[in-house]
Amino acid sequence: SSAVAYKPIDKVLIANRGEIACRVMRTAQRLGIQSVAVYSDADRHSMHVAMADEAYNIGPPAASESYLRQDKILEVARRSGAQAIHPGYGFLSENVEFAERCEQEGIVFVGPPASAIRDMGIKSTSKHIMSAAGVPIIQGYHGEEQSVEKLREEAARIGYPIMIKAVRGGGGKGMRIAMTEADFEEQLQSAKTEAMKAFGDEVMLLEKFVENPRHVEVQVFGDRHGNHVYLFERDCSVQRRHQKVIEEAPAPGLTEEVRRSIGEAAVRAAKAVDYVGAGTVEFIMDKNLDFYFMEMNTRLQVEHPVTEMITGTDLVEWQLKVAAGEKIPLQQEEITVQGHAFEARIYAEDPDNGFMPGAGPLLHLSTPAPDADLRIETGVRQGDEVSVHYDPMIAKLVVWSDDRQSALKRTLAALKDYHVVGLSTNIQFLMALSSHPAFQAGDVDTEFIPRYQEELFPPRSLSASALSHAAIAMTVAHRARTSDDMLLSKDCYSPFGLNFGVRVNAAPSFVLRLKDGDTEHKLSLTEGSAGTWQIGINDESPLMVSDISVSEVADGKLTVKCCVDGVVSSSTILLMGDSIHLFTVDGKHSLEIPIPEYQKAATGTGSIDDPVAPMPGVVEKVVAEPGAAVQKGDPLVVMIAMKMEYVIRASRDGIVEKVYYKPGDTVSKGTVLVHLQEE
Amino acid sequence: GAIGQRCAVRALHYQDAAPCIGTPQDVNSPEYQEKYARMQALVEELRGHVSTILKGGGEKARERQTSRGKMLPRDRINNLLDPQSPFLEFSQLAGHNLYGDDYVPAGGLITGIGRVSGVECVIVANDPTVKGGTYYPVTVKKHLRAQEIAQQNRLPCIYLVDSGGANLPRQDQVFPDRDHFGRIFYNQANMSSQNIPQVAVVLGSCTAGGAYSPAMADESIIVRKQGTIFLGGPPLVKAATGEEVSAEDLGGADLHCSESGVTDHYAQDEVHALHLARRVIKNLNYVKDPGVSIEKPVEPLYPADEIYGIVGDNLMKTFDVREVIARIVDGSVFDEFKTMYGETLVTGFARLWGYPVGIVGNNGVLFSESALKGTHFIELCCQRNIPLIFLQNITGFMVGREAESGGIAKNGAKMVTAVACAKVPKMTVLIGGSYGAGNYGMCGRSYSPNFLYMWPNSRISVMGGEQAANVMAQISREQRAREGKEWTEEMEKKIKAPIIAKYEAEGSPYYASARLWDDGVIDPRDTRTVLGLSLSAALNRPPTSTKFGVFRM
Repeated sequence: SSAVAYKPIDKVLIANRGEIACRVMRTAQRLGIQSVAVYSDADRHSMHVAMADEAYNIGPPAASESYLRQDKILEVARRSGAQAIHPGYGFLSENVEFAERCEQEGIVFVGPPASAIRDMGIKSTSKHIMSAAGVPIIQGYHGEEQSVEKLREEAARIGYPIMIKAVRGGGGKGMRIAMTEADFEEQLQSAKTEAMKAFGDEVMLLEKFVENPRHVEVQVFGDRHGNHVYLFERDCSVQRRHQKVIEEAPAPGLTEEVRRSIGEAAVRAAKAVDYVGAGTVEFIMDKNLDFYFMEMNTRLQVEHPVTEMITGTDLVEWQLKVAAGEKIPLQQEEITVQGHAFEARIYAEDPDNGFMPGAGPLLHLSTPAPDADLRIETGVRQGDEVSVHYDPMIAKLVVWSDDRQSALKRTLAALKDYHVVGLSTNIQFLMALSSHPAFQAGDVDTEFIPRYQEELFPPRSLSASALSHAAIAMTVAHRARTSDDMLLSKDCYSPFGLNFGVRVNAAPSFVLRLKDGDTEHKLSLTEGSAGTWQIGINDESPLMVSDISVSEVADGKLTVKCCVDGVVSSSTILLMGDSIHLFTVDGKHSLEIPIPEYQKAATGTGSIDDPVAPMPGVVEKVVAEPGAAVQKGDPLVVMIAMKMEYVIRASRDGIVEKVYYKPGDTVSKGTVLVHLQEE
Repeated sequence: GAIGQRCAVRALHYQDAAPCIGTPQDVNSPEYQEKYARMQALVEELRGHVSTILKGGGEKARERQTSRGKMLPRDRINNLLDPQSPFLEFSQLAGHNLYGDDYVPAGGLITGIGRVSGVECVIVANDPTVKGGTYYPVTVKKHLRAQEIAQQNRLPCIYLVDSGGANLPRQDQVFPDRDHFGRIFYNQANMSSQNIPQVAVVLGSCTAGGAYSPAMADESIIVRKQGTIFLGGPPLVKAATGEEVSAEDLGGADLHCSESGVTDHYAQDEVHALHLARRVIKNLNYVKDPGVSIEKPVEPLYPADEIYGIVGDNLMKTFDVREVIARIVDGSVFDEFKTMYGETLVTGFARLWGYPVGIVGNNGVLFSESALKGTHFIELCCQRNIPLIFLQNITGFMVGREAESGGIAKNGAKMVTAVACAKVPKMTVLIGGSYGAGNYGMCGRSYSPNFLYMWPNSRISVMGGEQAANVMAQISREQRAREGKEWTEEMEKKIKAPIIAKYEAEGSPYYASARLWDDGVIDPRDTRTVLGLSLSAALNRPPTSTKFGVFRM
């Protein structure tokens, strides 16, 4: 192993963007390594560009024309004199060709050898290698012999429950599960019949069926000197649409024996492909804590910080050292688990609307204060834009504590202090998730979200005290603004600008209207003596509000604390134009000052039923033609957003009058795309 | 403590320590408590009346208005005003018990001053829930008074029109005379000529004479399918020419905005109309320059409600007007003028909501010296452009041989001349009695104060009921004596009782306010606020120099 040349790295190019680029740069800076950023046109003003020592433009926003352009990135590496390229995750991080080209160019690729990427990139190959290396894999039967007897025999060998699946199947068609041998034949026949109908073929394969599996993965590390270690496991079971939402380390409920055994299995897997650098071996785990190899990710994972938190390591530092030819900094026995860590992924998305990805400006962003146990991994700042072109992740909130319970408690508290305005986020959903009893009990598996759907999306209503807080904040802000405005005039203390709401021989009172979604609230405020108020909500008997204290915590952001009908509570409230955003104990609520009818008529180019963009994105195709008659449900425009296609359809029969956009145009959420002639 | 509070008024020089007036009250004394309770009862009675009046013409009429998608007049005003703007409403008691069984709350018309787009404006709103918004005599009087306020103080006018026009059965009291219906449009024309903007918002019908309200406005707004303007309505047209036409086709928003040009702005609904009115005011380029020095307002040192316990409801019980002043002016700071001379009249300088004011208050009957002092002080205020506040609690000028020989008549005349000619803003509050020529010297209604308010304990008449009865009894007794007839105690009582009762009834602030002898009865506790708002409004008119008439020497 002395043959390994040490090649110091003092300048690294980060071929990525967003939080991971910033994450890598932070470590590079700490190690005295210069960082080179690359950026697309859309990222000109983003945080990773600001953080880097040098930054190079590599083209238009679309990833295929920028972050995925190997030639441009290698060109930047040459021009900047970077000795290494850190690919981050996603983009080129698991691209065999790119790893090879780096090697050819004499640039260190901070990742595994191309061969390992290739081997692990092909599922059947990887399973074969793992099986040979003694890593448990899902057993199955893929043979040509299709007799019922043979299949039953194979099923018995694999063990129940068994999944019976048509070889040519897809979309769940021709697939059945036999829980016991008794119902095997019936399920087999049923699968065959369905497969025959659907595909004209009834060849079946068998696989071990893992019911309600957990997703447990092990962080491994290898170096060029033949050393491999594991840094324990992470549980990433809680997923929606195959995307992780909240991860933790170590995995809850594992025995020390299982923990060691899964770690050693992962190391065997790494050794089998002569793995170098940071990698993750993914397993599925059943109720009996039996685990089976699924795949290996040959990159640094999004959720690596939870491993760092419990092992006290900096995995990016390890990556850079190993890439330079050094040995792994720690021996296996030196790596221990300390406490527990969670990572909550904060996304720009709308959980109430099928987790529809979002984009837009971060009009307001304030986070809990980071410290040694609370990390905020982000690539955006207040005022930045979450772009339609890339992943809509805003930040990762990483929290460590002595044990799972306290770490979870702190995560929940930190989520409450994470205030985002300008776009929809999943923060509320993360709060519901992390306060769910089953989650708190560590009772997690991949079906968690669908199983607790209703409890995770409780109907939300704004409490009367929160509405009162909003009314007080608006009142106080309005008064302050009136007084400020007046100071500019020649009549700077006019009693007409000071005696708010005063009426002759009646208590000062006024009405505020606020919209919470589709519900409009009418708030009647009557000012009493000594700073007390009566607040009537929707003609209900008024609440008595007293002991009001209002403090401005940031520009336009107020904390209101008061006593409502004998109970003291507080909210932090951000006033932004016609919007009022409340951050209360039960999360964020957004209210709107209703727009008068006449303004609706004045501002809208279209009518209410004109089709709008359901989310921010790029127009892919325009089907509608001006003058054409369309029927309800006809496609009008196709949009691409977050790598997904959306078809916008006519909401009624009518004649297309105007099409406002052409392919390639970027549109924001709610934009009217097509105008149908008035009926 | 009190010393700390007194230091709150910042001194530039240690010799500038502010001369605060007023004394802490013994709030536990039976006398204070009794006075307090009595005044409080009067205020509660007032608030009770007003709370009914604020509801307009009753539940049914309100329901009829809102069920047609129309706003109630007070909601219209609230939507017109800047959010949380104060509204200095006038003469809420107009028409109170004035027309027998005809209930005409607030005279069927809501008037007052509020901020619209940052400009202090006079708002005149018909109340269609009261007799269909028709003009009773008191309605006309109230409308004209609001215009007078606008004209005197240079305040833009916004008319929220929704009226059935003149009250036909009372046409003799609303149509022909100088200060009747036609005067409304005369005022509009003249105010417009004086650059006082006239804005009309047509929210209902404007028939016949009423049509001139929007037609004579500088700018007018009309609500589609709701506002109509025509000289003759559909029934009249049918009778006159046989033409059958709907109100909308005859004089609706579409016609007037696109064909006739009678109105300028087309509103989708009432909220839109009020929004348009706010835009019109925004575009007036109206500048208010108070033209006086301004300081940061400071609250008085003493609670305003202590006035209840100081004044009470019994006019026979005297109080020091300085205690009232101490509970009205900024920081209770009062620079008294001629303290030791003519002591029955208190004069001095103070600040009210940061504006300078000269205060004239009664501490007893007016003697020659008091009148001369008052005259001197009014001259000073006019010279310096300092607005005047009169706190009336006056039984009159001193009578008797000694007073007459001292020239009380000519000295009183000097004060009346000064008050009459003073061109600085004048504001009068009746805080007690207002009798005889004292009313003149202390700037009663006839002396055109910019604003005049009454406290619920106050009284106004040519003289006290008792005195009037005595005078009448005296005359009768002398007459009978001349005729050689006898005069009994019984007869004296019979003559005096109805006179006392009549004066009692007619001297009441409700009686006065119902007839618009004032601009409203107010809670004594609110005096500082009401006067402040009034003064702010008055300072919209640029300073005018005063030329006094001949002072008889």
